[in-house]
Amino acid sequence: MNEEGKTLVKKLDVKKATNVEKKTGTVEVFVMGKSYQVPAGLTIMKAIEYAGYKFIRSCGCRAGFCGACSTVYRIEDEQKLGFDLACQKLVEDKMCLVQLPFVPASKAEYDIEKIKPSESTLITMYPEIARCVSCNTCTKSCPQDIDVMKYIQNAVRGDIAKCAEISFDCIQCGLCAMRCPADIKHYHVSQLARRLRGKYIDKRSKNLSKRLKEIENRKYDKDVEKLMKMGKDDIMEKYSSREIEAEKEGDLGGD
Amino acid sequence: MKMIDGYPEYMMKSIKLAEEKREKNISAKVTPLSMKERDEILGKYHPDYMKNTKRELKVGMDKGKMLYNGIVDLLEAKPVLNPKDVDLSSVDFDVDILIVGGGGAGTVAALFAYESGVPKDNMLIVTKLRHGDANSMMAQGGIQAADRSDDSPVLHYLDIYGGGHFANKPELARALALDAPKIIDWHENLGVMYDREEDGEFMELSGGGTCKNRMHSAKDYTGMELMRNIRDKSRNLEIPVLEFCPIVELLTDDNGQVAGGIAFNLETHEYHVIKAKATIMATGGSGRLHLSNYPTTNHYGATGDGLIMAYHAGANLLDLDTIQIHPTGDAFPESIVGILSTEKIRGLGAKPLNKNGDPFVFPLEPRDVESATFIRECKKGRGIKTSTGMPGVWLDSPMIDIIHGEGTTEAKLAGEVRKFKRFGIDMTKHPILVYPTLHYQNGGVEINERCETKIPGLFGAGEVTGGVHGKNRLMGNSLLDYNVFGRRAGIYAAKYVKKAKTGKITLSHVDKYNKMLEKANIKTAKTAPILLPEYRGEMAISRSLDIL
Repeated sequence: MNEEGKTLVKKLDVKKATNVEKKTGTVEVFVMGKSYQVPAGLTIMKAIEYAGYKFIRSCGCRAGFCGACSTVYRIEDEQKLGFDLACQKLVEDKMCLVQLPFVPASKAEYDIEKIKPSESTLITMYPEIARCVSCNTCTKSCPQDIDVMKYIQNAVRGDIAKCAEISFDCIQCGLCAMRCPADIKHYHVSQLARRLRGKYIDKRSKNLSKRLKEIENRKYDKDVEKLMKMGKDDIMEKYSSREIEAEKEGDLGGD
Repeated sequence: MKMIDGYPEYMMKSIKLAEEKREKNISAKVTPLSMKERDEILGKYHPDYMKNTKRELKVGMDKGKMLYNGIVDLLEAKPVLNPKDVDLSSVDFDVDILIVGGGGAGTVAALFAYESGVPKDNMLIVTKLRHGDANSMMAQGGIQAADRSDDSPVLHYLDIYGGGHFANKPELARALALDAPKIIDWHENLGVMYDREEDGEFMELSGGGTCKNRMHSAKDYTGMELMRNIRDKSRNLEIPVLEFCPIVELLTDDNGQVAGGIAFNLETHEYHVIKAKATIMATGGSGRLHLSNYPTTNHYGATGDGLIMAYHAGANLLDLDTIQIHPTGDAFPESIVGILSTEKIRGLGAKPLNKNGDPFVFPLEPRDVESATFIRECKKGRGIKTSTGMPGVWLDSPMIDIIHGEGTTEAKLAGEVRKFKRFGIDMTKHPILVYPTLHYQNGGVEINERCETKIPGLFGAGEVTGGVHGKNRLMGNSLLDYNVFGRRAGIYAAKYVKKAKTGKITLSHVDKYNKMLEKANIKTAKTAPILLPEYRGEMAISRSLDIL
C-alpha cells in the first residue's frame, strides 16, 4: 500500500473510533492542541477541568455574566473559527480550544460629571470608531448575539441612547475588540454610552427625590427606632399582619 | 432519548398538564403561609434544620457554636500560610487602606474612601481573580429601596427583620433600609440605566418576603449593570488594583490591631507583604464550598476566604448556622444545574407547579420558606426527576406573557431567555425546571453600623459579614448590602486612618492559631483558606445531591 493509502486507512479508523465514542458518550477535544477524551454534554469549561486543568484565569462567574471565559475554537477540518463563552457552550467532537486570558484594550478616561452627552461625545473619546469598515466581524464574534456593528454605527452618528440600548446586554468579554480590523474597543465605547444615557438622558424619578428629603429631615427615624426597641412578640405580630401588595389579585409583579 | 423543544418526552408529558391548567392556574389564589406553617415546613425540609448538616466548632473565639460542617472543616484546618515562608522585613506595599476583594463591596469602599479624602495611591484593592469577578456581577433580579409614596423605609425595615427571623442586628437592618434611597440616587448619578416608566419613575416589582413592590431592576442584568458602572468609575480614577493576588492571611501588629495582609500571586507564586493602617474585608461569600452538597449559583472564587482569615486574626462570626438556598436554581439541562433563574421570574407572575401541573405555594414567600416547599414536593414524589436523578419542580414562565402581554419576557428577562435558548428551550412557551441551589452566606464576620469588626483596624462589608440579614436574606437586599456597607466601610475607614498608628507587623496570630488547633487535638489534612475550589477530573461533573 502506498503512503496515500495508509493515510486514508488511518483516517477511516479515526472516524470509526469516533462513532464508537459517541455511543459511549465521550468526545475528543483539543486543549491548546493536546487531545483529551471528555464526556459529551459538558460545557467547555467543565470539559477542560475534567481533562485535569485548574483554572486561574479564563474562569469567573461560570454563569454567563462576567466575560472571563471567552473562547476561540475551530472544529477540526472546518473553515470557520467559532467564538463563545466556555461556561455556556457545550463541547463538540474535535473541538480545538483556546481561551483568552486577558484582553488588551485601552479605555478612555473621563469624569462623567464633567462630560455632557452630545453628538460628538463618543467620537471625541473614541475617534477610531470612525474607521469602522462595516465588516460585521464584531457582531459575528459576540457570544451574546448583540448587534455590535449597529451600536458602533449609532455611536458614529452620535445616537447615544440607541447605542446604549442595543449594547445593554454586553458582558465585556472583549471578543469584538480582539477581532476588529479597525482596532475599535467596542465594549468600552458602549460603556460610556450607557453611563451617559443613565445619567443625562433618561428621565429621573420624582418619588426618589421626595424620599431623600424626607430621610434627610429624619421623618422615619422615630418609627424605625420604635420597631428596633419592640419586644419580640409585638414585632412578630406586626410582621405577620403586614398587607402584602403582591397578594392583591391582578397586581402581581407590580406593573 | 427523544427530545421535543429541548425536553425529553417524559418531561414533556408533565409540561402538557401544566399547559392545560395554565389559564386556571393564573387566576388560582394561593395565599402566603402563616408564621406557624412557615416554621413547620422549615423544620421538616430546610437544611438549616437538619441534624447532620452542622457541628460544634472546637477552636477559637466562637468555640462551642454550631456552624455548617463545611465551614467548621475550614476553620479547623491548618492555616495555609506558613509564617516562616514570608519575610516581613521587606514590605512591598505600604498604604493607608487595604481592601481585600475586588467585587462590589470592595470597589464601593474604595470609591467612598477616595471621596472621604484618602488619595488613590494610599489605597490598594487586592483581588483573587479579575476586578469585578464577584457575585455582585451575577445578581440578576434587582435592588430594594423604599422610595414610592405608599412605601416607607419603616416597612422595608420590618421586611428585613421578619425575613431574617428577627435575628438581625437591628442597627444594621436600620442602616440597610434608611440608606437605600441614597444608594439609588448615587447610582443614578453614576449613570446606571434602571428600568423606568415613561415618566421617569422606576418600574418596581415585588420580591419574596417584601410587603411592597420596591425592586429596582436593570432588565435581568441588574448586578452586572451596577458593577459595570462602579468599576468604570474606579478605573477612571485609576484606583490601584492587584489582580490574581488573593490575601491568604491578615497581618497584625504588636498592639493587637490588624495591619494589612499577605497576598499570594497565583501566577508567579510569590508572597507580597502589604502593610496598611486599615483593612477592609470584602471577600464575598462561600457558595463554592457546596455546603450540604448543594450545587451553587456563586462565582468561581466564592470560597469563604475572608471568614477564615478574619477568624484566625480573632474576629467573631455570626449566623453561620444558616445558608441561603435559592428556590429557583436550574435543574435542567444538566450543564446549567445550580445556576440561578432569577426571582424576578416569579416577581413577574410565573408560578411554581408540581409534576401534576398544580400550584402548591405562594410564589413570593421568603427564600428559605419557598425552597422548603420545593423540597417537600420532590420528597413527596410530586417533583419531576431528570435522567441524572436531579429533582425539580416547574416554574411556569409562559404565564408572564399571558399576564403582561407578549414580548414581556424577552424584554425583561433577556439573560434568562438567552440562557435557555442555548439549550433549545423557549421559556416563553414552556416552563423551566428548578430546584433550590446554594446562593448566599447569610452570616459572617460580625460588624457594627460603622463596619467595624471586633478587632481594631479591621472593617468588613458585603457578603463576608454577618448581622445584616439575620438568618435569611431577602431578594434585592444583597446588592443593597454591598452598596450600603461598602460605602460606610470606605467612609469610616478613611476617618480611622487619620488617627491610626501601626506598630510592628507580625504573623504571630497564625502561630497562636496553630497552637490552639494542636491543643484542641484537631487532626486534619486540610489547609485554609482554599482560594479556589477543586473541580478537576470527575469533580467537573455535577455532584449528586445527598439531600434527598
